[in-house]
Amino acid sequence: MDSVTNILLSSLVFSPLLAIVILAFVPNHQGGVIKQIGIYGTVLPLILSLWMFGSFNYDTTNLQFVERHDWISIPIGLAQTGAVFTFDINYELGVDGISMPLILLTAIIGMMAAVASWQVKKRLKEYFILFHILLIGMLGVFAADNLFLFFIFFEMTLVPMFFLIGIWGYGEREHAANKFLLYNGIGSGIMLLAFIVIFIMMRTMNIDQITTILSTPEHPAAGALTPAFRYGLFLALFIAFAIKLPVFPFHTWMLKVHVQAPPSIVMIHSGILLKMGAYGLLRMGIGFFPEQAYQFSTWLAVLGIINVLYGAVLAFVQKDLKMVLAYSSISHMGIVLLGFASMNSIGFQGAMFQVVSHGFISALLFFLIGVIWDRTQTSMIDDLGGLAKSMPFVSGILLAGAMASLGLPGMSGFISEFFAFLGLFGRMPALAAVGALGIVLTAVYLLRAILRTTFGPTPARFNSLADAQPMEVIPMVVLLGFIILIGVYPAVLGNPMQQALKSIVPIVTGIGG
Amino acid sequence: MDVKDIFSYDWSYLLPEFIILGFATALSLLDLFAGKRLGKQVIGWLSLLGVVLAAVFVFVNVGTLDKPYSYMTDMIRIDNYGNAFKLLFLGGTAFTLLMSLSYLKQREVEHTGEYYYLLLTGLLGAMVMASSADLITLFVGLELLSLSSYVLVGLRKKSLHSNESAFKYVVSGSIATAVTLFGMSYVYGLTGTTHVYEISTRLAEVSMAGYQFLVYIAFAFLAVGLAFKISAAPNHMWAPDVYQGAPTPVTAFLAVVSKAAGFALLFRLLLISFFNVTDGSSRFFFDQGSLYLGIMAAASMIIGNTMALRQTNIKRMMAFSGIAQAGYLLVPFVPPTTLFFSEVIFYLFGYLLVSFGAFAVIMVVTREQGTEDLKGFAGLYHRSPLLAIAMSIFLLSLAGIPITAGFFGKFYLFMGSLAQENYWLSAVMIITSVISYYYYFGIIRQMYMRPGASEAPMYVPKGIWTFVLIMAVATVFFGAFPGLVTDYVQAHFNPSFDFGNMLPPTFQ
Repeated sequence: MDSVTNILLSSLVFSPLLAIVILAFVPNHQGGVIKQIGIYGTVLPLILSLWMFGSFNYDTTNLQFVERHDWISIPIGLAQTGAVFTFDINYELGVDGISMPLILLTAIIGMMAAVASWQVKKRLKEYFILFHILLIGMLGVFAADNLFLFFIFFEMTLVPMFFLIGIWGYGEREHAANKFLLYNGIGSGIMLLAFIVIFIMMRTMNIDQITTILSTPEHPAAGALTPAFRYGLFLALFIAFAIKLPVFPFHTWMLKVHVQAPPSIVMIHSGILLKMGAYGLLRMGIGFFPEQAYQFSTWLAVLGIINVLYGAVLAFVQKDLKMVLAYSSISHMGIVLLGFASMNSIGFQGAMFQVVSHGFISALLFFLIGVIWDRTQTSMIDDLGGLAKSMPFVSGILLAGAMASLGLPGMSGFISEFFAFLGLFGRMPALAAVGALGIVLTAVYLLRAILRTTFGPTPARFNSLADAQPMEVIPMVVLLGFIILIGVYPAVLGNPMQQALKSIVPIVTGIGG
Repeated sequence: MDVKDIFSYDWSYLLPEFIILGFATALSLLDLFAGKRLGKQVIGWLSLLGVVLAAVFVFVNVGTLDKPYSYMTDMIRIDNYGNAFKLLFLGGTAFTLLMSLSYLKQREVEHTGEYYYLLLTGLLGAMVMASSADLITLFVGLELLSLSSYVLVGLRKKSLHSNESAFKYVVSGSIATAVTLFGMSYVYGLTGTTHVYEISTRLAEVSMAGYQFLVYIAFAFLAVGLAFKISAAPNHMWAPDVYQGAPTPVTAFLAVVSKAAGFALLFRLLLISFFNVTDGSSRFFFDQGSLYLGIMAAASMIIGNTMALRQTNIKRMMAFSGIAQAGYLLVPFVPPTTLFFSEVIFYLFGYLLVSFGAFAVIMVVTREQGTEDLKGFAGLYHRSPLLAIAMSIFLLSLAGIPITAGFFGKFYLFMGSLAQENYWLSAVMIITSVISYYYYFGIIRQMYMRPGASEAPMYVPKGIWTFVLIMAVATVFFGAFPGLVTDYVQAHFNPSFDFGNMLPPTFQ
């Protein structure tokens, strides 16, 4: 068993390679076969991550399924004695209660997005190969226990996304792909800068070790870091992840991607890629520099409120359903920030719940928009209307998704918003009250958008639209199922997270209670 | 020095140079007497043989050398610093020859014989530049490489472009040479010697004696003059024109071998000569001098990367990209530490793989399209997927995206720079790198997202195809396992490398 668990995480991260290798040998014209391999290729990661989730030990805060191999050793200088100094970058993987649910989320949404890719019509083979490379990158980001490895996986998502947006997107796809690349490139650059400075100071890239060193003031490496320097590093990490999350004013690229990328890719983008920002912010930003994060937390809350309200107000005036959801994502990511700003474990829990829950909800909603687009060739709210008549099933799911998104009790959105605000009220009641306005606004814009789409007079040309096909029903039901599961049985997420959240912020929880 | 002295040297360490010299001479004679009857290809293959043979003996030297060996008071100095660079030159020339062997078949270069042995003499010049510690020999090496390059660039006699660029190259090259020489004359005037290590001690004395200002002038002229060879700002503007006009393999030769030789020379000359210069409180090279190099680096990165954005000609774009790369390569010298050597060698090694791969693809595509316009790459993916994928790998590596050799090279430079707390230079490096994404991905966009004029499969010569494939695999392989190279450098070059004790350690 031991030898199996030793390579389990690697096998999970690189399991999409199997599909890539098989796909490479399938001739281009066999579209159906390629699609099937593309979809079945996501089954293996899902099984592995389910198994790991199942055998995960909730009661410990330690990393589990740890793997460690020597990798790169950089000679960096000679001592007077002639001995060679080296810095070691190792191949280190490991998951805890925060990353494990995110890996499962990635595997599930990955599979659903693969099913949604059924709609893809051109250049299937390349599409699915890139798709699986993207999947490796995303799984790797959450599994990495090493900054260098984290960075590599983080960047690994960049290139396939560039292609997936630029080749398979809608009209202005190239523009969107460029914008995506440049913004995220800058984010990665800043992140790399911070990582290397940390590496030079700490002489290690292991995330776990760095967290330990930084929270041990007696450690010489930690002592060498002045508070101002720490603050600078925290801000660098914050900006890097804020671009990814995206936090206002770094969000413009994300709107383009949401509108121009193909539906299946938006599912992944909104469902997982944005979450890498939240995850990084929690693990590296707050995890490494809790005191600095604590000092910064008022700003976190302010930025969170800006995100929540700005996103909600702009979502209200959008004419394009995709834009409504894009702004809604910005608004919902604001709640993640609010949760972080609370600096207590309830708030953190709310933020991480929101991360997972929004992953499922936005994946579901974007999938539905893709389905609607497929039938009607439009996503403009004014052109749509009365879809409930011809597509009752789709409309029903859409309504359910919207309800989850606006935080109806019994669904995942409720739990996350509840926890996040509960946490924040404990620390900054005034700001929390302002932020809570966002919940009201969310209800307004979502209901407006959804009701105008599904009810009201039906344009004649939409009278005979086909309702959901079997291949489309699967993602809808599965995603909605998870949304409800988390809503009615939050412990499924809460249990693994609780211990880990306590471990990642020992100082913060000490300060914030 | 009498005859006995000359024979008392162990000449075996010079075998690589002798082999290249011998092959160049023999091949020119062979071409002269048997040229008409001999297929021109034969000369190319023989040149390659010479290069490989020389490389073997460099490896032998690396294995046997335990301390620097110098001939005639450092006129020629065989040390590991030079050996490492020589391996890069030899590799680069071998790749140039391989590319040329398929390129020259169809192109209008009439004097293919000359072409090959001019490459060899250029290589010899580079090798001399890397392994001498005397102004005279350094200058001879520089000129030998330069003159060979001038002719190589203009070898397509009937092409107007080629003529124009050769002319520009000669004129601007001579000016740069004059500037370099002017700087050297200051150094000689101040010290009365041409021996670099002696200059080192004497310049320090001179500087303490109140001639600091002249020392600074000498440094400035040398740096500006030598910036030409590495195509760094402020002496970079020749590169776009020359890269565009030269036959593609020659462009690759200039981009890699000539640039690497420039670095070998620049660093040996500047660092050692100015090493001891001090005004009492600060050491000139590590404070003012390296700041100067830092500004050169930043200017090159900014100019190269922003100007490349506007290029529509692929070779011009690569030239600006090369200017930017020269900027990155100057970063470890600001100021140099014990890390710098393996940083530079690794970066150059990665750059070697990537440049030759990219230029090989460019060569095939531009020839088949009949244009050097970026649009020639449109739809390449549909015509030759493997070529497009390989090109993407090269471009990703140039842009510095993992997992490629270029990424680790940049990571390493970046780390060294941050270890020096050179935050401003690191910031320039990051920002310009992200800017560079735009034009590197611009080519990728053409290859995958734009429709080409035709969808017919592209003919790719088998030799080039294999070559490109090997380069692409190597780029990824050494990106994933960079330790193989850094360990080799560490094990075979660094410990006996005689700057070692002079440089401030990066970490303790």
